[in-house]
Amino acid sequence: MDAVYSAAVLDHYARPRNLGRLPEANGRGVAGDLRGGDTQVEIAIRVEAGRIAAARHRTFGCSATIAAASVATELIAGRAPAEAAALTAEAITAALGGLPPERRYAPALAADAVRRAVADYRTRSAGEEG
Amino acid sequence: MTSTPLDGGTRIYLDHAATTPVDPAVLDAMLPHWTAGWGNPSSLYGAGRAARAALDEARATVAGVLGCAPNEIVFTSGGTEGDNLALRGPLEAARARGGGAHLITTRIEHHAVLHAAEYLEHDGVAVTCLPVDPEGFVDPAAVEAAIRPDTRLISVGYANNEIGTIQPLARIGAIARARGIPLHTDAVQAAGSLPLDVDALGVDLLTIAAHKFYGPKGIGALYVRAGAPMRYQQRGGPQEGDRRAGTENVAAIVGLATALARADRDRAAHNAHCRALRDHLIAGLLAAIPDTRLNGPPPGGPDDDRRLANNVNVAIAGVEGESLVIALDLEGIAASSGSACTTGATEPSHVLRAIGVPDDAIVGSLRLTLGRDNTPAQITEVLALLPAIVARLRDSAW
Repeated sequence: MDAVYSAAVLDHYARPRNLGRLPEANGRGVAGDLRGGDTQVEIAIRVEAGRIAAARHRTFGCSATIAAASVATELIAGRAPAEAAALTAEAITAALGGLPPERRYAPALAADAVRRAVADYRTRSAGEEG
Repeated sequence: MTSTPLDGGTRIYLDHAATTPVDPAVLDAMLPHWTAGWGNPSSLYGAGRAARAALDEARATVAGVLGCAPNEIVFTSGGTEGDNLALRGPLEAARARGGGAHLITTRIEHHAVLHAAEYLEHDGVAVTCLPVDPEGFVDPAAVEAAIRPDTRLISVGYANNEIGTIQPLARIGAIARARGIPLHTDAVQAAGSLPLDVDALGVDLLTIAAHKFYGPKGIGALYVRAGAPMRYQQRGGPQEGDRRAGTENVAAIVGLATALARADRDRAAHNAHCRALRDHLIAGLLAAIPDTRLNGPPPGGPDDDRRLANNVNVAIAGVEGESLVIALDLEGIAASSGSACTTGATEPSHVLRAIGVPDDAIVGSLRLTLGRDNTPAQITEVLALLPAIVARLRDSAW
C-alpha cells in the first residue's frame, strides 16, 4: 500500500477536507461524468470580496480522486478566482506528495472542476451586473 | 531490502482468490531442495539423481490427485503459462496439419485464456466465445450447438475467479468426448476446493497453479491427456519429456505437489469452514448495506456445488470499488474489486458484464474470498466496519 499512495493521499482520502454541499455557493463546476459509473468531481465555491471564502467538493471515484478534490479545495481557499482557475493538476499532485502515473486523471479532474466553478461564478456575476 | 513490514499491515486477508500464503508444511517440504538437494535433475551423478527422484515423486503425487499417469503432467511457471500452452498447443498443432481450426470458449474466462484466444484469433483461428446466464453458467447445450466440423478445442473454466460459479464440467466433458474434441479446463481457482479427477471431469487438458492452494508462486502444472494433439512452445533442452524446456524448479515443484496433496486431503473440511463464513458474510452484507446485491449463484447450503465455498462478490450501489478497497486496507482488511479504475474511465470486469451486471453496479463491486485462516470473529469485524465505510463513501458523492 505504501508504495502506491503517499501518506498525504491516504490522509485526504480517509478524512476528506471541505466535503459536502455548499448551499450559499455562487460558482459550481462539475468534471467527469457519473453515467455508466464513471468518476465525477463537483467543486462549489463562495466568492466574497474578490476572494474564495469557502470551497467544498462532492466526489464519486477512486481514493486518488477523492484526495485530489479534497486538497484542491484547500489550495484555492482564500485565493482570487483568477488564481484558483490557474490551479494545475501538477500543483495538486505536488500537494499530495505525488500520485501513481495511472492516477493522473484524478488531479486533472479536480483542476477541471475548479476551472468550471470559477467560470460559472464569472457567468453568474456577469449576469448580476448586467 | 525494505523497511516496510512484509504484510503491509494486513490483518484480515480476504483475497484468497488472488493468492494464498504458503503452508508452513509446504515450506518445510521445499527447503531441503534449496539447501542440501540443489542438484540439476538432468545430471547423472548423485546430486542430480536425488533431484530427479524428488521430481519424479512430486509428479507421481500430482498424478495421483488428478487420477492420471505421471507422464501426463507438465510442470509450468503457473496458471498463465498453463492456459497459454493448453490453448496454443492443440490449435497450433491443428493449424500445422492444415485446414480450419476452431476454438470454443466462454466470455467469463480468465484473461490468461481470453487473451491467448485473441492471440490465436489474430493468427487465423476461429473463436466462438459463448455467453453465460445471469449466474455465470454456460449451457452445455450451447457448447454442443457451437461445435463445427473444424472445432479443435473447447476451453471452459472449472470455477470462476470473480463470482465463484462452478461449471457443469462433466456434462460438457461428455459432449466433447462424444464428438472427439479435446476439452481444456482452467482449474486454477477450483484446485483446493473441487475434485480434480480428470476422467470424472472428462477433460483432456487441465491447468493448476500452486499459489492458489497454499503453495508457492511461480509454479503450476498442466495435465495433457496422452495422445492429445499438442504443439509444445518452449524450445531448448529435453526436460519434461521434451515438452517444456528449461531446468526444472525442483523445490517449487515439490511445494506444488505437497500443497496439492494436502489441499486434496483437507478439501471437505476446508470447504465446510469457508462455506459457513461465506454464508454469514453474504447474509450480513445484504442485510446491513442497503442497495446491495450478490453477484453470481446464491449460496446453496452444505452440498452447494454451484458456487465456490470461499467466494463472495457483491455489487454495492453508490460507491466506487477502488475507494472501497482502499478504505478497507486502511483498516487492515485485504479485499478486491471488479472495477479497475486505471484511466479515469473505469474498466468494468468482463465477467460481471457477461452476467449482465450494469456498469454503474460493477463499479461498486467488492470481492471477498475466504481461506482456512479466516475466523468468524474476522467476518463479524468486517460486517461491523463495512456499512459505515459505505455510508461515508456514499455521503462524499451525494
